[in-house]
This record gives sequence, C-alpha cells and structure tokens, in this order.
Amino acid sequence: MSIISSLESIGQYALLLKRVLTLPDRFNQFMKEFLKGVYALGVNSIWIVIIISFFIGAVIVLQIALNIDSPMLPRFTVGVVSREIILLEFSSTIMCLILSGKVGSNIASEIGSMRITEQVDALEIMGVNSANFLILPKIAAFVAFMPVLVIFSMFMGLFGGYIICMVLGTPSVETYVYGIQAFFTESFVWYSILKSMLFGFIIASVSAFFGYTARGGALEVGEASTRSVVINSILILATDLVFTQLAMG
Amino acid sequence: MIEVRNLVKEFDGTMVLNNIDATFQKGVVNIIIGKSGSGKTVMLKCLVGLTPPTSGEILYDGSNLTTMRSGEVRRLRRDIGMLFQGAALFDSRTVLENVMFPLEMFSRKNRRERRKRAEFCLERVDLLHAANLLPSEISGGMKKRAAIARAIVLNPKYLFCDEPNSGLDPKTSQVIDELISDVTTDFNITTIVVSHDMNSVINIGDNVIFLNEGIKEWEGSKSQVMEADNEKLNDFVFASDLFRKIKEAEEIISEEEKG
Repeated sequence: MSIISSLESIGQYALLLKRVLTLPDRFNQFMKEFLKGVYALGVNSIWIVIIISFFIGAVIVLQIALNIDSPMLPRFTVGVVSREIILLEFSSTIMCLILSGKVGSNIASEIGSMRITEQVDALEIMGVNSANFLILPKIAAFVAFMPVLVIFSMFMGLFGGYIICMVLGTPSVETYVYGIQAFFTESFVWYSILKSMLFGFIIASVSAFFGYTARGGALEVGEASTRSVVINSILILATDLVFTQLAMG
Repeated sequence: MIEVRNLVKEFDGTMVLNNIDATFQKGVVNIIIGKSGSGKTVMLKCLVGLTPPTSGEILYDGSNLTTMRSGEVRRLRRDIGMLFQGAALFDSRTVLENVMFPLEMFSRKNRRERRKRAEFCLERVDLLHAANLLPSEISGGMKKRAAIARAIVLNPKYLFCDEPNSGLDPKTSQVIDELISDVTTDFNITTIVVSHDMNSVINIGDNVIFLNEGIKEWEGSKSQVMEADNEKLNDFVFASDLFRKIKEAEEIISEEEKG
C-alpha cells in the first residue's frame, strides 16, 4: 500500500512540476516574488551558513590534525584533506542538509498555510496558475542564490580551520595555508556549486510539493513540513551518491 | 446565466451530489441552502471547477465547463469572483494590494488606473480607510468586505460566495448580505451563495435551492420558503426557534384575519 502511495506521490510531484515549469503569466510579478524569495530563502540563510561552516570547518581541521599524526605524512596534509572535505562534501551536501531544515520547512509551511486558508484556491479562481506563481519564483531564487551560500560556506569553513590552527598551533598557520593551496583543483569548486544548485532545486521543489498538497489544518501543515525535511534529506544523500559517481567516478 | 444538468459527484463510491439540475439566473441572488454535509460546498466547488464532477454538465452562458481545456477554464475564471468562507486574503499583502492583485495579473491598466479602480471597489464596500492595513490587522467582517472588493475588481460576470456570514455577528452578516445583493444588481451578475443562514435567505434569496443529502429537495423564492410544504425543508427552516415563532405568529395573524 505504501509503495502505491509513494508512486502516486512521485506522479503527483511530476504533474506539479509540469505546472510549475511554465512561463509566468506576468514577468514583473514573477520578478517581485523572485526577489522576495532571494531575500527570504537566500539572504536570511547566510548567518546560519556562516556560523555552522565556521565551527564545522574548525572541527574538521581539529579532528584531522589529531588523527593524522604520522611521520610518514607531512603536516600540510591536514590542510589538503580539510580543503577537499570542505569543498567536495561539506559546503554542498552537508550544508544543503542543514538548509533543507531551514528553507524546506519555511517553503512547505508557507505554501501549506496558504493551501489550508484557501489562498491557493483564491489564486486558481482568479485564473492564476497558482503552482507557477507560488513555486517557480522560490525554486529560481533558491537555486540562483545557492552558489553564494556555497562560496560563503567554503570560505568560512577554511577560515574556521585557520583560526583553530592559530589557537592550537598544530599544524602551524603557515603549514595549514600551504596545505589548503597545495594540489588545488579548481573544478572541485565548480563541481560543488553545481551539485548544490541541484540540491537547491530538490529542496525548493519537494518542500513546495508537500506544502501545496497539504490538506486539513495546522497539524497537517506541520506534518507536511516535517515530511518535506525527511524526504529532502534522503533525496539529497541519494542524489549525492549518484552525482559523485557520475561526476568523479 | 449558469445551468447545471444531471450533476453527480461521488467520493470513493459515496454519492455526495445526486443528479442535480438547476438554473442560476443573472442579476439575482441564488442561494443554495442545506444542513452541514448536504453537499452544498461540494456543489459550489464543482461549479467553479475546483472539484471535477463525476458526471453532468455545468454551462456558463452555454459553454460547458466540464469539457473545457485548462487554458479555457483559466480564461473563464477571469470572469469569476469568489468570496471564500475565510475570505482568503493574501496575508503578506495589504488590503489595497489584495484588491489590486487581480488587476496586476490580468489588466492592461497602468499603475495609477489600477490603484484608482481598486480604491473605487474598496469605497464601494466602505473599506477605503483600511486600505493600507494587513489582513491580520482587520476584523472578520472587514476581511469579508475586502474579499468582496477583490472579487468584483475585474467586473466579473459570476460571483460565488461560500458561507459569507460564517463567524460574523448578525449585524455584520446583514451588511455583507446587503452588499452581495447590491453588487449583484448594480453589476448585473450571476450570484450564487452557499449558506445555512436562514436570515440571509430571507434577506436576499431571490432564488433558493434546498439540498438534502446530495439531492435537490426544493426550489423557490424567499417568500415561498416559509410557506413550503416540503417536510425536510420545514425541518431545516424551523429548526431555528426564531423562524418557528415567526411561523406561529403568521398563523395566528392569518386565523385572526379569517375570524
């Protein structure tokens, strides 16, 4: 039974995307909603990205410095390994898992509340494509702002490591800075940005789906919001596996 | 004019609307009444296309809604205004922005003209003073008035009202009823109101349809409602103590006149 309902949900999601991914009725209205989305979903997420990236970056460097303590390995390895972890996985995948909680629940609860208070029906009755009007600007805004968040995260993660090296002195700041520059592959940055944009699309569209299909009252909106975070997390991890194999394998 | 022919709606095998035939005339207030669960809100949702009927025809001035493509339905809906039970104003927009919204989406008017038209509609519902307030800052009755202003801003041909008086005090309910009636005659539109409020029926019900368990039990005018000999309708109408007493008073007066 749950397999059938899961398949039904996938079908409904595909049908919703078909309605979402069409040209907006009015471009100026789309731009208004897009800019609102950039501020609400992107700009308002910068602080959490900065704080989490700083501390996780510091912890990554600390853990690697403590655990890679072999005379066979040069100390700058700490910088190299930390950089690869931050660039390849932390700033895109782990940051998106965190953002799926903040942004995903925000989108699901906003659209879900509009659904149960008949605001979505009101749009439909006016002849507006409600799915396109409500969801497309959010997807576009979040996907477009994702590179900014990822770059902030990369920078703050590496900066957190820098501070921990400054405080503990092992490895030294100079060794760490040398490490994060050694054997640098620029394409990893682009890979990470591209991956995060894909995750951004998943977070915004899946959360919007759960909000848009919410029925009942406040309790159901809360459930839809929770479900969107859970499904987003699973999808992000599964997509990460596939994307990493395709892009780097 | 809206015509409904053999309208049937089933949910998981349960018949909610059973072969309904009805005609809703232009320029008059058509009221669908019935107990909770009688199918009146489902009928309204079928009429506006929010819920597809299982079978039957819904004709808007001859055009069948049930066979229209989605683009045609969206075009038709630009001629429809709807007042929802909870008003359904957009939370993040002011009252004026709510009323201007349909104009921004579908009108070719410039910003000044759009604002002028929205202010005219707000003035019509006596709400211009609250133009810059958010929906959370106004009362339930004001929300309903704002929703009526939004519903009429594009000069609709059809107006639908779902329980317009729910949650309102009797005085405010009367104001909303009169507003719906005035708008219907002023703009000469086809208005369909779903309600279980007998006061509304007596105030503005030019054409009254009584639904009972998904079946159209009775149809007539507001003056005929009190005199009808339909048992189920009488059960519904005279469930209210006030209407029972009015009926008794009318019978006493009538007997005295005969005597």
